[in-house]
Amino acid sequence: MMAKIEFGIRVQGVILVAFIQSNKGSPLPGLSLSLGYSVTYLSLIVLIPLSACFIKAGSLSPTEFWTIVWSERTRAAYSLTFTTAFLAALINAAIGFLVAWVLVRYEFPFKRFVDAMIDLPLALPTAVAGLVYSSLYVESGWLGQFLVPLGINAAYTKFAIVWVLVFTGFPFVVRTVQPVLEEIEPEVEEAASILGASRLQVFTRILLPTVFPAILSGFAQAFARGLGEYGSVIFVSSNIPYKTELAPVLIVTRLEEMAFPEATAIATVLLAASFGILAFINTIEIWSKRFGK
Amino acid sequence: MKRFDLGFMFSGKNASVLGGVIAFVLVFIAIQPIQKRSNSNNLELLHVSFDPTREVIHEINEAFAKDWQKFNNGKVQIYQSHGGSGSQARSVADGLPADIASFALFTDMESIAKKKLLHPSWSKSKGVMAPPWNTAIVFLVRKGNPKNLRDWPDLIQQGVGVIAPNPKISGNGRLAFLSAWGYMLDKGHDDFETRAFLKNIYKNVPVMDASARASQVTFYQKKIGDVQLAFESEALMAVKESEGQLDIVYPSISIKIEPPIAVVDSNVDSKDTRLLAENYLNFFYGLEAQRIIAKNGYRPFDVSILREFESKFPPMKLFDISLVGNSWTEVQSVFFGEDGVFDQVFKAIRNDGKN
Amino acid sequence: MGNKTIITASLKKKRPEDSEWVRYLLTTMALGVVFLIIGIPVFHVFFRAFEKGPMVYLDNLFGNPNTRHSIFLTLSIAPRVVFLSVVFGVSAAWAIARFRFPGRTILLTLMDLPLAVSPVVAGLVFVLIFGMQGWMGEWLSANNMQILFGTPSLVLATCFVTLPYVVRELIPVLETYGEEEELAAVSLGANGWQMFWRITMPNIRLALVYGIILCNARAMGEFGAVYVVSGRISGLNDTMPLRVEKLFQEYDMPAAFALASVLTFLALVTLGVKTYLEKSMAHQKADAGEST
Repeated sequence: MMAKIEFGIRVQGVILVAFIQSNKGSPLPGLSLSLGYSVTYLSLIVLIPLSACFIKAGSLSPTEFWTIVWSERTRAAYSLTFTTAFLAALINAAIGFLVAWVLVRYEFPFKRFVDAMIDLPLALPTAVAGLVYSSLYVESGWLGQFLVPLGINAAYTKFAIVWVLVFTGFPFVVRTVQPVLEEIEPEVEEAASILGASRLQVFTRILLPTVFPAILSGFAQAFARGLGEYGSVIFVSSNIPYKTELAPVLIVTRLEEMAFPEATAIATVLLAASFGILAFINTIEIWSKRFGK
Repeated sequence: MKRFDLGFMFSGKNASVLGGVIAFVLVFIAIQPIQKRSNSNNLELLHVSFDPTREVIHEINEAFAKDWQKFNNGKVQIYQSHGGSGSQARSVADGLPADIASFALFTDMESIAKKKLLHPSWSKSKGVMAPPWNTAIVFLVRKGNPKNLRDWPDLIQQGVGVIAPNPKISGNGRLAFLSAWGYMLDKGHDDFETRAFLKNIYKNVPVMDASARASQVTFYQKKIGDVQLAFESEALMAVKESEGQLDIVYPSISIKIEPPIAVVDSNVDSKDTRLLAENYLNFFYGLEAQRIIAKNGYRPFDVSILREFESKFPPMKLFDISLVGNSWTEVQSVFFGEDGVFDQVFKAIRNDGKN
Repeated sequence: MGNKTIITASLKKKRPEDSEWVRYLLTTMALGVVFLIIGIPVFHVFFRAFEKGPMVYLDNLFGNPNTRHSIFLTLSIAPRVVFLSVVFGVSAAWAIARFRFPGRTILLTLMDLPLAVSPVVAGLVFVLIFGMQGWMGEWLSANNMQILFGTPSLVLATCFVTLPYVVRELIPVLETYGEEEELAAVSLGANGWQMFWRITMPNIRLALVYGIILCNARAMGEFGAVYVVSGRISGLNDTMPLRVEKLFQEYDMPAAFALASVLTFLALVTLGVKTYLEKSMAHQKADAGEST
């Protein structure tokens, strides 16, 4: 009985959809209400506050703005932020691909558990991550006591920043690559090897190009995350101006010096960079949808 | 009976406006702006202070609450907020409703005075002219002083790790910088030599934290560096805490630090807490609080208490701010303003690194 | 962001195998990486927290009123933030997945902004609005209200950073289910609420819970944004992550790690629930796929 009614409802629905598609404008209720709500909420929480940032930065004259965002110290902070985030994203692209590959292709004990743990950096507060990493890698720490005598100093160096950013960005590449690897039809690989391609050729000519957009998208996400990261890096960065001072740390420093226009100017540049990356990710997604299939 | 029908919400021209209104209301309910003036009879004070005063203020608060209970038969709750001196001043200027403010530096007090939070005659008040405590910058070194660091020139040796906070945002950072500067001026060196000296000290700084306490954690907990340029109070506490792992070295000369404390006039007037706040501030000069101050490693204002703790505070040669500049305000902008002496010293270090 | 692995039927077909040593080598390397990056830190947190025995651990957590308050504060902020994000998520997902209107793509992009903006900037923008030197500071103060440096600003900043979490999970699910059932319900005379609670809600239920879990985890763990807007008053506006930092600076490492272990435990629970939901959703999707 229920199934019949359900079927009836479905059929009716399909007819309605056809009707609407020819008619434009959906008969479903709630567009104005939900749109009114979401736009207002989005404005209150995100858009108006963010525009405050731009307007504050806009109160500077172009030359003032330029001198601030292009001063030697800010330039050093940007270049450090970009290089560390880039390096971390690059490392993540490599190890993320490796981990995704192993999770999709091979069987091993506790696989489900390991799979679940990959997302830990997204769930773990960044402050905790910073606390743990800084106490692991200092000279008296668990790992530091072995690494420091070897000359590997993973606390208070650029390497420390990169390493913490690797942690915070770890899930992105794994999670973008995993589904793509799963969807590759075995027939494709089979066909290639029957036609005489070596395993390596199959990998470089077929698999890598297919997952490349996914790697790129994961890379960009990890990169964007790394650019803005604050909670964990303040525990491991040594904040030496020109050397290990990151842009988000510099923003807070400026803020605490009560230099609001400076803080907002630097924030604006960081924002613009993030916008760019966001646009880049979306482009990759559209591009991979169009050409991936 | 007709059922109450909410279906109207989904149609009609005004549905989007309705959605907007709901968003406003929900956000407002969720954030619940705080009423600034509390109507309850609970007496509350907020003391916003700089970083290394956490323990001493906590103890004084407890003593004051007990004292108040005894004489006024009422409960009083005192909240504390701590952070880098400059950043705490920023928070107060931005509206953190402090009743009492104490900072490491005169200029931080001045910056909140500029926002008209203090009475025009603030700089003449007792808490600013003659603060209940004073201290100096000393060297905190590892047990037995393995690198044999005795005085400021020892800090420029190669291979010595010097821990000091960032002078841009930390009072401790600024005072450490000025102490080294004062040493050179006192010895009769000129500006050029002094800058080179400072450059060589800061070249040896591996970690530059945001506040005095963060530096202490770096030096003591994470065991980085050979010497920390710390407040005497912090150094004394660390020595006690470390159970012999750390030692204090008194340099030949250091800067006299008199952290100002004041009632934040505009806040106590709007919160109606002036009487309590002034009582609280006066309590700092009483014998009980003075003893707590001395016990926590700050040199007390009261001479009799200072004599009582003589063995703890060896005499030091201290210099006044007048040695390095006309006023705190001038020193602040000349040394730590945009492209000031500190920035120039760091640029020089960077350029050295390049070559 | 989410891991929505759907094990497709094709997977069960045999792929060309890698040689055994390649398999072992790669698996060892991958497990080594996961262990180094994730395993050791988690283990370390719990080790340091329980180093001195469970009684000391409990005392570290509940003996200190300021630490107790930070737990209470986090537990009171997170539900408010989650509630707001859920209402927004549902309404925005409904508008975006079910309708085509001008500006739809822009709305979609703007919603993702908080993921790209540095949390520090997220805090800074509220200082710029509600601070005494900001747009509304004077007015609020004149009207005897305070937003910055207290719970209100903590809620706002957390809302900012968690805004996209629920809506991002709901849109794909709504798109998968299509609108046939809802259209049918409406054509049979159901009003908006009836349609929503009887048809839409059961379909998006799992995805909604999934979004809530992610949103809640972020709300409890946020540091950068709340660091900027908190007054750092012990016992008043320190959330758990802020308290961790403070304890760390007060030399109280065991207490810092004890509180950190609670946050880590919450993160692990989050992962557990998440994994379970992913499985259920894959099933639900498979079922839906079969019946059509």
